[in-house]
Amino acid sequence: MALAQADVLAGLKEIVEEVAGIPAASIELDKNFTEDLEVDSLSMVEVVVAAEERFGVKIPDEAVTDLVTVGDAVNFIVNAAK
Amino acid sequence: MSGRRVVVTGLGATTPIGGDVKTSWNALLAGTSGVRTLTEEWAQSISVQFAARVAVEPSEQMERVELRRLDRSEQFALIASREAWKDAGSPEMDKERLGVVIASGIGGVTTLLDQYDVYKEKGARLVSPHTVPMLMPNGPAANVGLELQARAGVHTPVSACASGAEAIGYAFDMIRNNRADVVVSGGVEAAIHVLPMAAFAAMKALSTRNDEPARASRPYDLNRDGFVLGEGGGVLILEEYEHAKARGATIYCEIAGQGLSSDGYHIAAPDPEGAGVQRAVKFALRDAGLTTKDIVHLNAHATSTPAGDVAEANALRLALGKDADHVAVSATKSMTGHLLGGAGAIESVFIVKTIQDRLAPPTINIENLDPAVTVDVVRDKPRALPTGDIAALNDSFGFGGHNVVLVFKSI
Repeated sequence: MALAQADVLAGLKEIVEEVAGIPAASIELDKNFTEDLEVDSLSMVEVVVAAEERFGVKIPDEAVTDLVTVGDAVNFIVNAAK
Repeated sequence: MSGRRVVVTGLGATTPIGGDVKTSWNALLAGTSGVRTLTEEWAQSISVQFAARVAVEPSEQMERVELRRLDRSEQFALIASREAWKDAGSPEMDKERLGVVIASGIGGVTTLLDQYDVYKEKGARLVSPHTVPMLMPNGPAANVGLELQARAGVHTPVSACASGAEAIGYAFDMIRNNRADVVVSGGVEAAIHVLPMAAFAAMKALSTRNDEPARASRPYDLNRDGFVLGEGGGVLILEEYEHAKARGATIYCEIAGQGLSSDGYHIAAPDPEGAGVQRAVKFALRDAGLTTKDIVHLNAHATSTPAGDVAEANALRLALGKDADHVAVSATKSMTGHLLGGAGAIESVFIVKTIQDRLAPPTINIENLDPAVTVDVVRDKPRALPTGDIAALNDSFGFGGHNVVLVFKSI
């Protein structure tokens, strides 16, 4: 099932806000998870598992290291759902 | 000994009778019980349907994301430590000379059990990645150490219900032995959950006075029938005397000595002869350079169990001899319930306040004093203590036969 980039971004914002307490309004495509949003490695695991549940995609561990920015994650999820 | 003296310069607590030290202390002097009927559905499935939950939920004192990443015991540790650190004037200091010793009797048991439920219901993939840092017993100390950037050492002694007192003793030694100038010390517990309660109930250790929860914790009463499980924690900032003076800190009192011993008798029952307790009192007084004549107050372990209270009272009578006649004994678990690894810590906070205000808190719920109790129990209302130099004891005992006695004195 194809997912729209805007929908994925909106969903990811909710997840990051829930997991890391970052206000959704400050979460943008170019934000770096660790440096800008202070999502540490443990919380990143939570974000990934929540995103898999929500969007019905599989995000393998080896792919997670490449998800540096919010945009990377959005693109990965959109492509994985195609 | 090094000659380095140790003083208390800050206090923090979250207890069943108050969300901070001031509220808890005032509630204690007023004889307020923090024991209530549990509203959780699981309580109906066990024989004990009440406990002493904290008066103020951590959700009212912390950010949501912090709550999510911290076990309840860690939340209590941070809440009490923040209050204590602020109370000490948030000392500006070399963090390599700052230590943390915070104990817990059981650790993050609710996280362990909740995550096991997640595993069973949803599978391994949904087990939280925060589980291990939340369930480890050193988690409360570690989180406080991290927040304050403490670098002299972060430690967690575990000795069941003596853990909190043992932590304060360990902190005392860190300063005496010149490993640190300031140590954040105390104990916490968060074990009000169906499994620990069912387990304590299986030992017949808990009161089953379900129809009168506020009257269930009744140390020294003839009809006491077990302890009441409590939760929360207490933290004391210990500081080397000259360090405290140099920065103009407000000094509450001195910690003058500690005595440690073990029973070698039974895994859970107290030694009826109380020899280990007597030795711990003797060692503590010797360590402090005091005698039984100097002691005016004791905050007792007294958990309201039939065997424990009398064994302790007998041992104290033997250890203090005739001088027990001028020791005002308070059993504050009658109001707070038993905080297990947090008990020795909140009771040490109460002793510091007792010395400051010269008021020994009451023991509530004694309808008929057990005639086997031969110490002078402060009942129903606070009792004024003498002016001048005074000293007080805290004794704490844990399953396994651990005995810890701390000596506090006015300065």
